[in-house]
Amino acid sequence: MTPALRIRGLAKSFDRPAVAGLDLTVRAGEFYSLLGPNGAGKTTTLRMVTGLLPPDAGSIEICGIDALSDPVEAKRIVAWVSDEPMIYDKLTPYEYLEFVAGLWSLDPDIAETRARELMDWLGLGPHAHERCEGFSKGMRQKVALAGALVHAPRVIILDEPLTGLDAGSARQVKRVLRERVAGGDTVIMTTHILEVAERMADRVGIIAGGRLIAEGTIDELRVRAGQGHTNLEDTFLTLVAEQQAA
Amino acid sequence: MTQAGSLTWFASHELRLAWRDWLSMMTAGRRGREKVVAVAVTIFVIFAHVLAWYFIARYVEESATPSKPALVVITGSVLLAWSLLISQAMESVTRAFYARADLDLILSSPAPARKIFAVRIAAMAISVILMAALLGAPLINVLVVRGGVRWLGAYGVVIAMGATAAALSVAMTVALFRVIGPKRTRFVAQIVAAVIAAVFIIGLQVAAILSHGTLSRMVFLESDTLVTLVPEIDSWFWWPARAALGDLTALATVLGIAALTLGGAILVFSARFGTHAIAASSVAAVGGRQAQRAGFRRRAPARTLRQKEWTLLLRDPWLVSQTLMQLLYLLPPALLLWRSYGEGTGALVVLVPVLVMAAGQLAGGLAWLAISGEDAPDLVATAPVPRSHIVRAKVEAVLGGIAIAFAPFIAALAFLSAYGALVSALGILAAAAAATGIQFWFRKPATRRYFRHRQTASRFATFAEAFSSISWAAAAALAAGGTLYALFPAAIGLGILAAARWMSPHKS
Repeated sequence: MTPALRIRGLAKSFDRPAVAGLDLTVRAGEFYSLLGPNGAGKTTTLRMVTGLLPPDAGSIEICGIDALSDPVEAKRIVAWVSDEPMIYDKLTPYEYLEFVAGLWSLDPDIAETRARELMDWLGLGPHAHERCEGFSKGMRQKVALAGALVHAPRVIILDEPLTGLDAGSARQVKRVLRERVAGGDTVIMTTHILEVAERMADRVGIIAGGRLIAEGTIDELRVRAGQGHTNLEDTFLTLVAEQQAA
Repeated sequence: MTQAGSLTWFASHELRLAWRDWLSMMTAGRRGREKVVAVAVTIFVIFAHVLAWYFIARYVEESATPSKPALVVITGSVLLAWSLLISQAMESVTRAFYARADLDLILSSPAPARKIFAVRIAAMAISVILMAALLGAPLINVLVVRGGVRWLGAYGVVIAMGATAAALSVAMTVALFRVIGPKRTRFVAQIVAAVIAAVFIIGLQVAAILSHGTLSRMVFLESDTLVTLVPEIDSWFWWPARAALGDLTALATVLGIAALTLGGAILVFSARFGTHAIAASSVAAVGGRQAQRAGFRRRAPARTLRQKEWTLLLRDPWLVSQTLMQLLYLLPPALLLWRSYGEGTGALVVLVPVLVMAAGQLAGGLAWLAISGEDAPDLVATAPVPRSHIVRAKVEAVLGGIAIAFAPFIAALAFLSAYGALVSALGILAAAAAATGIQFWFRKPATRRYFRHRQTASRFATFAEAFSSISWAAAAALAAGGTLYALFPAAIGLGILAAARWMSPHKS
């Protein structure tokens, strides 16, 4: 089966190497969580995958499409949600989703039906025709998420999507993501909230110094980190400390 | 070392913040550029002095007794500068009201807030005075060299103008605050500030057009009609002008009134400043409701992008006011155009460059909003639309806006002279396209609320945009006059564009 994401030898340097020869494969239909300490290269990696940053070296394939040589086709099936929701204050959620539908050249009727469903799922229905300028961070994040999902992407990439959300909003977002994975889509998410990764991810990748230092299910990572670790936090800290010591 | 919590302690804190803000603005936040800024400021100061010498040295009277026409010109210039200072001071006061910044820290500390706000109002006055002194210094220095040390009194008048402008601005902003509330004051205060700045300049130009058929303000100020209408030479009305000319009694009076005005404003408003500032910064933006529509519209990505740019602009009254304010300055040329019907095409040489220059400036602002001021850059960049199509759609949005704003002028010009209209249209297109190109090559993501401070992102881009507009305006003026010399400024315009592309951090 073609993987949802296949990265080989990916590299990017700014003042120093941010991503250094990263290899990563994410299977289709899985919930993959990318963990790592601050400055590990998680966001840089995901920004290269979504076409926001050009890599210095390496290859990126999304569902079999070469994202570097055919970025437009790759973008058609990918959605990106960053930790800071970037939406238009002067548009309403309804208009924002119509704008996204226009950018993705979607059929207006299908897109509108999907938009209404998403707004209902995310609790945005009553605010569909209010301008976003008065929205809280949680509401803005939900609008951004609805925008990411309205074009029915096969691969959903999220960078710290739960940062700053209240418990209720976080639960709604997690529920929507679970439903997408259950429907066969792939979710790749970075998070610093390890409990979320522990509960939701099928597999976890740990990145440090721009390289993948460990990957597997939660149980596989526990085994790798050694005996005595009962939760992902201990496992994560042990693996990162090992890498830094090496 | 000053005692913590004292007035001088707060003053030194404010001074340090103001200095760092200024330095950051001049260096665009980049370290190690202080020397470059120092050299640029020195060159600017020398250039400003040369320019001031060229324009005013020959007009300076050496006579100790000022004539009535001289008093009229000086008073007119003082009023013009004062209106600009009030506008600038209102901007500062509004910013101070609405920036939350350290407000929570100040008001939650045991330090007396009244002292802090007294210092803050005084600091605003000082910054307005310094700005006025800096910009007025070349003129005053030339006057001192040519007309004698008595002109040093002009520096005293500058201080008085800055102090009264700050006091008046605080009073007007607080009045607005009480009358229309914190929610509307921000927007209205900025409009009032822009109108105050524009109204005197435009008023003088309108008077010059109506009385003498020219855009020159000086022609009107020096006219016999005005000189006969104004108060007699011994009136108190001329005291600021007399103070500028070194009359010590007038100078002491003007400075005394200014100090009393500023002191009074500090005394009256510092106690309530914190309350108003808290109210202003606590105003939550409430999203207005839009009419419900049935169904998404079918649109191509390019049209979707263009429509989005126009919708965002039209729904932001502040941005609309900021961009349309530039068009206010087109009113005098429009009036001149109206007066010129049936009187030949002589006015074309004046009108065409004003239109071209305004188009360049407006296009620069719109291009910044569309390119750098994109609020959702990640969304647009991850859409399955080739980058070239996105850029083209944004350029079309900018040029479409310019076409809508300037089409009525071109149409009106066409009645006067088809050739003049064609030259104007080409000049407008060239200036707008050049400004858009420069904004594209020097794009730097920023939120739209930094629109007023977009120039700080790149000094080179700012100057390139201004000189490019000037070159195209000159080319259009010469072309309207029917001379081939128009090719020289056009070549300079193209050279500026090539240099901007070469210097740009984004070559494509």
